[in-house]
Amino acid sequence: MANTYTLIQSVTVGSGGSSSIVFSTLPNTYTDLVLKISARTNRSNVTDAISLKLNNVTTNQSSLYMESTGGVSNSGTLSTIRGQTCGNDSTSGTFGNCEFYIPNYAGSLSKSTPSLGVAENRGANAYMWLVSNLWNSTAAITDIEIINVNSASFLQHSTASLYGITKS
Amino acid sequence: MTKLTKLVVDCSTGIESIIELTDAEIAQREADAAAYAVIEAEREAAAEALAALKASAKAKLIAGTPLTAEEAATIVL
Repeated sequence: MANTYTLIQSVTVGSGGSSSIVFSTLPNTYTDLVLKISARTNRSNVTDAISLKLNNVTTNQSSLYMESTGGVSNSGTLSTIRGQTCGNDSTSGTFGNCEFYIPNYAGSLSKSTPSLGVAENRGANAYMWLVSNLWNSTAAITDIEIINVNSASFLQHSTASLYGITKS
Repeated sequence: MTKLTKLVVDCSTGIESIIELTDAEIAQREADAAAYAVIEAEREAAAEALAALKASAKAKLIAGTPLTAEEAATIVL
């Protein structure tokens, strides 16, 4: 059971937007990591997909997902780590929310990175994704880059916060 | 044309930097997006096919006509 929850770094995208957000040179002193993202992209869609590039690579990633619009639900597999946020057709001023939990990030076993994300939208549909992600690598995670898989950019005021968890 | 940038924070120092993407990074980003578009199209097609199968199963149940094994699998746990 975690007994600490320490903010490592938090960043906010400025007026020019950003194609990605990178946390580099991670400390290896925590047990787990939590990455919380509040973001909106310039994609012309209600919803948008994000992913993680770990140690600057996107290879050896896979995921099992359940998604729902609130009306229709689906599940399946993907060959990427997947998270969810909202695009620029969501209600003005709304930001999607996504959290990744990364246990034993500094260890030598494969890294599970489950995520829960929603594309906030005050409309008929609000996309929700629950994803069991995996990065099949023995390398300790030293860098995390939040990327947009649709080539969109994160808009101003998007934020990402990385927390370190220490087990008791 | 606006240059693409990435926001980088060094967790050992707390220093934030806005760095322009290199040509190689832009090319990789476009390649990743193209590959993901294929994955997403396949995912959406599978979801639409499943929805159609469920709708067909429901219509047949209401009409009292036999379901195919595929249709039955969408409603039997």
